[in-house]
Amino acid sequence: MAVETNLMRKFLNDPARVVKESLAGLAAAHPDLVRYDAAGQIIVRKDAPKRGKVALISGGGSGHEPLHGGFVGLGMLDAACPGEVFTSPVPAQMLAATKAVDGGAGVVHIVKNYTGDVLNFKLAAEDAADEGIKVTSVVIDDDVAVQDSLYTAGRRGVGATVLAEKIAGAAAEGGADLARVTDTVKRVNERARSFGVALSSCVPPASGKAIFELPEGQIELGIGIHGEPGRRRAPLGTASEIVDVMVEAVVSDLKPKRGAKVLAFVNGMGGTPLLELYLIYAEVDRKLRAAGMEPVRNLVGSYITSLEMAGASLTVLELDDELTGFWDAPVHTPALRWGV
Amino acid sequence: MDAATITTWMREIDVAMRAERDHLVQLDAAIGDGDHGTNMTRGFEAVVQALEGDGGSPPGKLLILAGRTLVSTVGGASGPLWGSALRSGGRVLGEQATFDGSQLVEVLAAALASVKDLGTAAVGDKTMVDALEPAVDTLRAGLADGADLDQALEDAAVAAEAGMRSTIPLQARKGRASYLGERSVGHQDPGATSTALIVRALQKAVTRES
Repeated sequence: MAVETNLMRKFLNDPARVVKESLAGLAAAHPDLVRYDAAGQIIVRKDAPKRGKVALISGGGSGHEPLHGGFVGLGMLDAACPGEVFTSPVPAQMLAATKAVDGGAGVVHIVKNYTGDVLNFKLAAEDAADEGIKVTSVVIDDDVAVQDSLYTAGRRGVGATVLAEKIAGAAAEGGADLARVTDTVKRVNERARSFGVALSSCVPPASGKAIFELPEGQIELGIGIHGEPGRRRAPLGTASEIVDVMVEAVVSDLKPKRGAKVLAFVNGMGGTPLLELYLIYAEVDRKLRAAGMEPVRNLVGSYITSLEMAGASLTVLELDDELTGFWDAPVHTPALRWGV
Repeated sequence: MDAATITTWMREIDVAMRAERDHLVQLDAAIGDGDHGTNMTRGFEAVVQALEGDGGSPPGKLLILAGRTLVSTVGGASGPLWGSALRSGGRVLGEQATFDGSQLVEVLAAALASVKDLGTAAVGDKTMVDALEPAVDTLRAGLADGADLDQALEDAAVAAEAGMRSTIPLQARKGRASYLGERSVGHQDPGATSTALIVRALQKAVTRES
């Protein structure tokens, strides 16, 4: 056991309890913001339910921290439902979260487009409706590396999830009703696109083995957030060349209007230092301007990760005044805080 | 066949999932995210425990209990898919205490229908349907042709295993493997593999009971 753990280079007590023990730590670190319901395996905003406020919940497999538990708090999520590592949560978690946060104004489920997440959230939404709670669901699918066609499960939900949680969370905090908060999530999803690259795979604690091996000098292009290989493998070029690929993939699909004001989100996959993420941001900022866009807001850091994967993703969101206002509104969560 | 058949079936699945756990993880790591073996093992361990705690329910109710347990313990896509499958199958049997071969076909057909409906998958998409559908068809055809149940189930298990292998050259169109596009070709689908194990476990359970 001990030997195996050391081979994994992970801080573990028991691989089967890694999610529960981590959630307990999140709650212990931020008792002013969240509480951990161990029985329901959910993270709930400290002051939930807020009477009359539309509530937002999200969830998905663990291993993407700080997503989603780190985004519970003022101006963002009301609850998060973490599944096992890279495994969607079960409907009982989403039902418990929905009941815990419903303040009478309805609950929005923000669902990343993965077959497991979609199916489990669907069952939970049916259960919640049976209990008389108004629930709407929005599926986030911003990853342009996957073509949305009959031949795939559709585009994956990645970086736009973080932006949707922040922006719609602000709308809800400001008193918007269920239809408007739901519409805000949809607008962020429609106006955002993402593309990710990896320089290494990652090691899920349950198996202890890297999901794939990437030879030195190679890069995986078009990865998701589950340590899976991407759409193709290529020789590792300079940061500038890699960012060219990312920007081209995102912009050619988003097709922003000329002179569009955008939010550029450079996200680390867990194993890439900020030193490199800011280097990437410099390239992104320059290339977006060269392509006729104005990056008026940005987010740089590791916010939707894939365990210890080395890599980065770029999300570009085309803004309007209302979305910009919601982005700037106060937020106070374990992982994101400003204006408070 | 009766409630004991269902309990034995679930125990056989639990044994098979433990034995094949690492293999399923390996298959899933190649084209998914490597959690299938862990999830299925966790789910069927919980099913066996839940059935042990049950006091004399009829077979249909045991299947519903097993399905509900899978939904609440597995997560991923397999949890809702197998959970709904067993619940739909269980509903076919209602309150009856025993069931025969043709009713077993109806149970499996209902399970298959619910998987195809929830997963919107068809044969050839490189999913569990590639193993389950040929098994159901083979069992139905065998019994219609007058084969005895043991033989028809053996043929169904072989058909599921052939269906499982048929996924190797396919390009995935559903689930996480579909993100890989052409890179999913050449790998056996983990969901079809665990499905073949589940059908084989049924064959073992029924043969043992009779």
